[in-house]
Amino acid sequence: MSAATDKIAFNVNGRDVAVAAAPQTRLADVLREELGLTGTKIGCNAGDCGACTIRLDGAQVCACLMPVAQAAGRRVETVEGLARDGRLSPLQQAFHAHGAAQCGICTPGMLMAAEDLLARDAAPDEAAVLDALGGVLCRCTGYRKIVDAVLSVAAGAQPAPVDVDGGVGARLAKVDALPKLTGAEAYGADAWPADALVLRAVRSPHAAARFTVGDLAPLHARFPGLVRVFSAADVPGPNAFGIYPVGKDQPVLADGEVRYRGEAVLALVGDGATIAAIRDEDVPVSWAPLDPILGAAAGVAPGARRLHARLEDNVLVRGRVARGDPDAAESAAAAVATGRFETSFVEHAYIEPEAGWARRVGDRVEIFVTTQTPYMDRDEVAHVMGLKPDQVRIIPSAVGGGFGGKLDLSVQPLIAIAAWHLKRPVRCVYTRPESMASSTKRHPATIAARFSADRDGHLLSAVFEGDFNTGAYASWGPTVANRVPVHATGPYAVPHVRATTRAIHTNEPPSGAFRGFGVPQAAVAHETLMDELAAGLGIDPLEFRHRNALRVGSVTATGQRLEASAGLQACLDALRPRWRDLRAAAEAFNKTGAGALRRGVGVACMWYGIGNTSMSNPSEMEIGVARDGRFTLFSGALDIGQGSNTIMTQIAAEALGVPASRIRLVTGDTDLTRDAGKTSASRQTFVSGNAARLAAEDLRAQLARLGNTDLAALPEISPGFVAIGRGRFDPPTTALDAEGQGVPYATYGFAAQLAAIEVDTGLGTIKVLRIVAAHDVGRAVNPQQVEGQIHGGIAQGLGLALMEEYVPGRTENLHDYLIPTIGDIPPIETLLIEDAEPLGPFGAKGIGEPALIPTAPAILNALHHATGVRVRRVPATPDRVHAALREAGVAP
Amino acid sequence: MASYLRPRELDEALRALRIAPRVVLAGGTDYYPARVGKPLDDEILDISAIDALLRIEEDEAGWRIPARCTWSALIAASLPPLFDGLKAAAREVGGAQIQNAGTLCGNVCNASPAADGVPNLLALDARVELSRVGSVREVPIAEFVLGNRRTAREADELVTALRVPRPGRPARGAFAKLGARRYLVISIVMAAAVIETEGDAVASARIAVGACGPVARRLPHLEARLAGHRLGMPAPAIEAVDLEPLTPIDDVRGSATYRRDAAATVLARLVEGATR
Ligand SMILES: Cc1cc2nc3c(=O)[nH]c(=O)nc-3n(C[C@@H](O)[C@@H](O)[C@H](O)COP(=O)(O)OP(=O)(O)OC[C@H]3O[C@@H](n4cnc5c(N)ncnc54)[C@H](O)[C@@H]3O)c2cc1C
Ligand code: FES
Ligand code: FES
Repeated sequence: MSAATDKIAFNVNGRDVAVAAAPQTRLADVLREELGLTGTKIGCNAGDCGACTIRLDGAQVCACLMPVAQAAGRRVETVEGLARDGRLSPLQQAFHAHGAAQCGICTPGMLMAAEDLLARDAAPDEAAVLDALGGVLCRCTGYRKIVDAVLSVAAGAQPAPVDVDGGVGARLAKVDALPKLTGAEAYGADAWPADALVLRAVRSPHAAARFTVGDLAPLHARFPGLVRVFSAADVPGPNAFGIYPVGKDQPVLADGEVRYRGEAVLALVGDGATIAAIRDEDVPVSWAPLDPILGAAAGVAPGARRLHARLEDNVLVRGRVARGDPDAAESAAAAVATGRFETSFVEHAYIEPEAGWARRVGDRVEIFVTTQTPYMDRDEVAHVMGLKPDQVRIIPSAVGGGFGGKLDLSVQPLIAIAAWHLKRPVRCVYTRPESMASSTKRHPATIAARFSADRDGHLLSAVFEGDFNTGAYASWGPTVANRVPVHATGPYAVPHVRATTRAIHTNEPPSGAFRGFGVPQAAVAHETLMDELAAGLGIDPLEFRHRNALRVGSVTATGQRLEASAGLQACLDALRPRWRDLRAAAEAFNKTGAGALRRGVGVACMWYGIGNTSMSNPSEMEIGVARDGRFTLFSGALDIGQGSNTIMTQIAAEALGVPASRIRLVTGDTDLTRDAGKTSASRQTFVSGNAARLAAEDLRAQLARLGNTDLAALPEISPGFVAIGRGRFDPPTTALDAEGQGVPYATYGFAAQLAAIEVDTGLGTIKVLRIVAAHDVGRAVNPQQVEGQIHGGIAQGLGLALMEEYVPGRTENLHDYLIPTIGDIPPIETLLIEDAEPLGPFGAKGIGEPALIPTAPAILNALHHATGVRVRRVPATPDRVHAALREAGVAP
Repeated sequence: MASYLRPRELDEALRALRIAPRVVLAGGTDYYPARVGKPLDDEILDISAIDALLRIEEDEAGWRIPARCTWSALIAASLPPLFDGLKAAAREVGGAQIQNAGTLCGNVCNASPAADGVPNLLALDARVELSRVGSVREVPIAEFVLGNRRTAREADELVTALRVPRPGRPARGAFAKLGARRYLVISIVMAAAVIETEGDAVASARIAVGACGPVARRLPHLEARLAGHRLGMPAPAIEAVDLEPLTPIDDVRGSATYRRDAAATVLARLVEGATR
C-alpha cells in the first residue's frame, strides 16, 4: 500500500526514478511536470486523442488515464527513449523520410503506438497498423504518410534517404522535423519557468447571462495558495479585442454580461495545486441567465435582442458581388438548379490546446505562446494592455496545429495581464473542454443558391444568398462574409451573378477563421448544383465542369480577368481517366446486387483566392550572411505544421543558389523577425515565399557585387552579419466597389477531386474508399509537403462531410465531437498540376486551404451517384443519410 | 488530502470498503475522463495490485472473468466460440491503449448505456460476483445494471468477477456495433447474441441490444422466435414487437427513430451471421 507521502519508484527509458507525487496524479502530468519529459503530450486528458501514448511494460497505454501509483515498479517508455546515442530509431527515421510529422504534436503518440505494434508483430499488414494506431488522432496529416512510414519499417526497408539540401521542387525533409520526432520540441505547454504561477479562467456555463461576482475573501481564506482573482476591472487598456478595427468587441474578461457559453469571466491565479483544487462552484459568481439567441435565423428575427449595442439587427457585416442581370439570364435558361444548404459549427480540433506563459520584463511583457499570428497578437495584447506594440514581445512556441483557430487571442491577454500585475511569470494551459467551448469555430452557413445554364451546358447565372452564424463576437466574421461572395460561383465562368452574405451574431461561439473562410460551405452549394444542372442537361458532371471552368482569359464574378495560372481544366483532364474507370466500377458493383451496399463516385471543384481579400497583406523577410559563409533567414512566417519553415528555406536556398542545409532559420519572435503577416489564407508560400525570394536575391546581388572578396575579411554591418538581404512582397489587389467589382486576389488556387464511396443503405453509413485529388499549385516547391497538405485537407473535408458537428455544451470533448481516425481515411492519390503563377515565387501559389474545399461536395455527389439521394445538410451523419434514403424510398 | 489505497490482498480491499465508501479504480479509463479539469480528490481504492483478481479461471460450471481482466487480456485469452461476441466487442473498444488498460468489470460498473460489454454479458447470461468482508453474492447482470450510471453494488462491496455459465450445448457468440467512425467511437447501437445449437438448428438464443435506452435489454420475443430455426436458412425478419423492450432517445449521435431502425438492421445482420 502506498500512502500519499511515499515516493513512487519506476523505470523511465532505462533510468530508475522515484517521485513524490500524489498517487492518483496522472502519469502524464508526472512525466511532464516532475520528470521534465514533455515529449509525452496532453491533448485531452480523457483518452480520446492518444497524444499521451507511452509504453508500460511494453504495451501502449494513455498516460493521461493512469494514476502514477500504477507505474510503481514498472517500465515506462516515452518518446525521449527512442533515439539512442543521438541516432533516430528506424521508426523515427521513417517518419522523417516520409514527412509523417507535420505539426508533430501527435508524433510521440504515433511513434509509441507503432513501437508497441512492431515489438509484437515484426511484419504487420496495413490493417494491423491501423488497429495499432487507431487510438491516436492526427489533425494534420490525413494519416496516410504515417501508415506508409510504419509499413516501410515493417517491410524491413532501409530507411529512405532524407533530402536535406534540395531547392525548389525537391522533397526536402522538414527542416524542423528532428525535435518533433525526438520529443524535444517545445509547444505552448512544454516550457515554463519553475516559479511560474498557474492561471485558470472561470467560464460561463450559460449562452447568455448577466452576472455579478460576490465577495472573494472567503475563497482566498479557504485557498491560501490563490494569489489573485482577476476580473474585467483589471484589464489595463480597452477591454475589447478583435481582428478588425471595427470589430473590437470581445472582452478579455466579461464585464457583467456573457454572450456565449465558455466566455471567460474571471481568472484565478495561484500555485498549480491550489488552482487545480478550486472548483468552479467554489467561486462566487451569481448568474442571471437570459434567453439565448441560437442560430442565425433567431439572430435576425424581428425583435431579437441586440447582442451588441452598436448593431441594430445583429448583422455584423454584409457582403455583395453583383454582375450582369441574373434574373433575366435565368428566364432564358435551358436548365435551372436550386437548393438550400446547411452546415454546422466545426471545431478546429488541433491536438494541442491553447497554452503559453508570460512574464513582465521592466515595462515590457514577453509571451511564449502557441499562435498563428505573432505580430497581430503583439498588437492586440498591446491594445488591451494599454501598451505600445513594442512593449510586447511574442515568442511563438512550436504550434501543435492551428487551421485558423490560433489566429484569435486565447491565453495571451490573460497571462499577460496577470504577469503584468503580479510581476511574476504566469502560465496557462487550456483543458480540452475549455479549448472547445471558448475558441472560435467554422461558421455554420445557411445557403440558398440557384444556378442556370443554356442548352449547350454553359452557365448563365448564379444567385447565392448565404447567412453565416458568426456567433457572439466579430472575430473573422467580416472575412468570411467578404470572401464568400467572391467565390460563390465556384471556379466557373458565370456572366450574371448576384451573391450576398450576412454574418449574423448569436449567443454561440464566435465563428472565426477556419481553413477556407466560408468557401468550403459555399462549395457544398455550388458543387451540388453543378451536378444537378449537368444531370438536367444530360451532360457528364466532369465534362460540364470542364466546359465552364475558369481559365486564362476568363472574367470572374468580380470582373477580374484571369491573366495566368488557372489550371482547373488541367486538373479535370488529369482526373478524367480515373473518373471514367471508377464510375464504371461503381456502377458495375451496384449491378451485382451487393445487398445493402451501393457505391458511387462524385467529383467537385474549387478555386481559392490566395491571401487577404482586397487588402494589403505584405510580408517582409531578411536573410543575413556571416563571416563563415553561413546564412540565417529571419522569417516571421509561422510554421504551424504546414511546413513554411521548410518552404521558406527552400525558396531562399534556390534564390541564393546554395544548399538548403547552409541556411539557418530564426522564426516568429517579434523582436527578431520582420512582420510576415498571418499564417492564414494560404498566403505564406505565395506572399512570404516571395519576400524570402526577394530577400535572397537581394543578398545574392550584394554578394555578387563583392566579387571574390573573402567574407571573413568584411566588417559586420549588424551583430553576426556582414551582409543582409531584404525582401518585401504585397500581392497586388484592388478594393471592391459597392457591387463587389475589382481585383480581390492576385492569384487563385484551383482543384478538382474525386471521391469513391460505399454507402450502407441499411444503416446510412458511408465509407470513403478512395480520393483522387488534382491540384493546380502553380509550382510544388516541395511535393512531399504539398501532398501532406492535400491529405490533411481531405481528412478535414471528410470530417466536415460526414461527422463533424460542434454543439455547445454537448460535444465539448473529442469523443462526442468526432474527427476522422486513421481508419476513416482512404488511400489518396494526388495529381499535381503546375500551371506556374508568374507573380509567385518560382511559380508557386498556395495549397493549405484549397485541399479541404472540394472533398465534402465530392462525397455528397458520390452519395447521389450511389443512391440517387441528395443530402443538403452536413455533416451527413448516418441518421441523416438514413432518413434521406428512407424518404426517397431507397430500401436496402 | 484524499487517501489512496492500493492493496495487494483482496481482504485488505474489502476491509477498507467496510470502513468507508471509496471510489474503486481499476483501469482508470472511465475514472479520469470524467474528471477533466476537475480536482482529483476522491478517496480511492485502487485494485490494480491485487493478484487474485487477474487471471481468467475455468471450471465445470463455467468461466470466471475477474475484476482486473482487461479487454486485451480477453482478446488474448483462449476461449471457446461462445465468447466470440465479447471478444469482437473488446477489439472495438476505444483504441489499443484503452483495451490495454480498461477492464470488463469496470465497463459494467460504470454502467454507461453505451457500454459495449453489457449486451454481451446479457447474451452470455453472466452473473456479477460481489464480495464484501465475509460474504460473496452473485447477481444476474440484468439485475445488476439498473440504469444510467446506476448499479446494484452496495458501497461496501467490490465487484470481484463476472461469471459466465457453461452452456449445455454448443454455443457461439456474436456482436455488432454501429458507430460514426472507424476507431474510438461510442456505439450508436450495438447488439450481441449467443446462439446455442442442437444438430443443425438453434436450440436457444439470447440476444441483447445496447445504447437504445438507459440499460441494454434482452429481446425475449425475438429469442423465442429463433428457437428451432434451422442454421443456414434465411433468418426471420426483425419485427416491431421484437424491439419493444427498447426505449431509444434522441442525442448527438442519432435520433430515436434512427436508433430503432438501425437496431433492426444491426440485429437482422447479426442474427443472419450467427445462424449461418
Ligand atoms: C477513448 C475511450 C474510448 C472508449 N471506448 C469504449 C467503447 O468503444 N466501448 C465501451 O464500452 N467503452 C469504451 N470506453 C470506456 C471503457 O474503456 C471503460 O468502460 C472501461 O472498460 C472501464 O474499465 P476501467 O478498468 O478502466 O474502469 P475505471 O475507470 O477504473 O472504473 C470505471 C468505473 O467502475 C468502477 N469500478 C471499476 N472496477 C470496479 C470493481 N471491480 N468494483 C466496483 N466498481 C468498480 C469505478 O469506480 C468507476 O466508477 C472508452 C473509454 C475511452 C477513454
Ligand atoms: S491526452 Fe491522453 S489521450 Fe488525449
Ligand atoms: S502532425 Fe498529427 S496532429 Fe499535427
